Amino acid sequence: MEVPILKQGAFLIATFQAALSDADLNQLRMGLVQQVVKFRSRAVIVDVTAMDVMDSFASRTLREIAHMIRLRGAETVIVGIQPEVAFAMVQLGLTLEGVATALDLEEGLAYLNERFKAAN
Amino acid sequence: MAKRNETSKETITLNNQVPQLVPSEAPSELLRELVAHLRQNRNQLREEWVVRITETRLLTAMTKEEIFAEATSVYDSYVEALETEAFEALQAYARNLSERIIPRGVETHEVVGIVLLLRDVLARSLFAKYQNDFKKLNRILDAYEPAANRIANTVAVGFVQERERVIRQQQEAIRELSTPVLQVRERLLILPIIGVIDPQRARQLTEQLLRGIRTNRAKVVVIDITGVAAMDVTVANHLVQTVEASRLLGATVIVTGLSPEIAQTLVTIGVDLGKMNTVGDLQGGIEQAERLLGYRVASLAEAQ
Repeated sequence: MEVPILKQGAFLIATFQAALSDADLNQLRMGLVQQVVKFRSRAVIVDVTAMDVMDSFASRTLREIAHMIRLRGAETVIVGIQPEVAFAMVQLGLTLEGVATALDLEEGLAYLNERFKAAN
Repeated sequence: MAKRNETSKETITLNNQVPQLVPSEAPSELLRELVAHLRQNRNQLREEWVVRITETRLLTAMTKEEIFAEATSVYDSYVEALETEAFEALQAYARNLSERIIPRGVETHEVVGIVLLLRDVLARSLFAKYQNDFKKLNRILDAYEPAANRIANTVAVGFVQERERVIRQQQEAIRELSTPVLQVRERLLILPIIGVIDPQRARQLTEQLLRGIRTNRAKVVVIDITGVAAMDVTVANHLVQTVEASRLLGATVIVTGLSPEIAQTLVTIGVDLGKMNTVGDLQGGIEQAERLLGYRVASLAEAQ
């Protein structure tokens, strides 16, 4: 299952579907970094609104995506984590430390615009 | 009544047996006789009972008219329970009665007291009626005692069950009241916690907060624990988890009002204070939240 990656100006938006296999996640990780390189994007928003569970592999993959993208000088924001998923994640100790998060796509874009306005 | 006694005596003599339980005087037959007597003397016995209630200073929260009305219904239910042995119906009646009188301030000892008084009044009336026939009196009491005990028990249990139901209801209401999530500014929520937090309440708190963050699109949450005296390690961990989960929803949490004891607990469990944003009191917390959100509060005099 391919995860659609959309371009929005200087940003890329990747929207997770509900059930992503480990292979899908690996594919996405490589795909996203390639796209960042290709479009010289300044940030990536990963929208996980549709995910109703987050296991440790998915969580680790998200952190790795963020780290890899940072190595390209770009920012990552994870948006749309559901309350129940957030609760389950912290109980399992999956905190997505070091990765920016926002409530939803709108907030994620607002956050990035704020950051880049300040940087400019 | 006299006629009845003579008939029984005749029966025993005719059969020429050692006095023992004769088929016509099986427990159910005796109970029927007993119930008939209680119904026949209803007014008098009920009046006597009400007098005893007043003398013993029970049901002081109720007026004479109310006592009389309730006494009538209790008396009738009592006699009916003796007759039908339908104790579930009696228990339902007791719970219903309790629902009416508990809000009036009637206590358990009063309810048990009046039932035992009724038991006594009825027993004495049996003594009076069968005083000339000791054996019959014994047999009547053999039928009456277990049923009367069961009735007293049933009513008391019904009353207590109703009280417990009310207590559970109140506990639930208190629990819900005490974890409100309040929006005080756009994007700013306050969660004032007061009292004892147990793991269950902590969990409910977290769920309520996360839902509130999503509904109100909050970017900052101030959790004030000034009203919490102590927290064990489990609950402290819950608090840390709440902060982390809120962050996953894009909200920053500021914890205010930590008592020295709680501060100690947090240090003991090794909370990474870098992860936890804390401010001394609620006022400070709100001020910092406003700064984070880009508000600046100025007095009107200043503004001019």
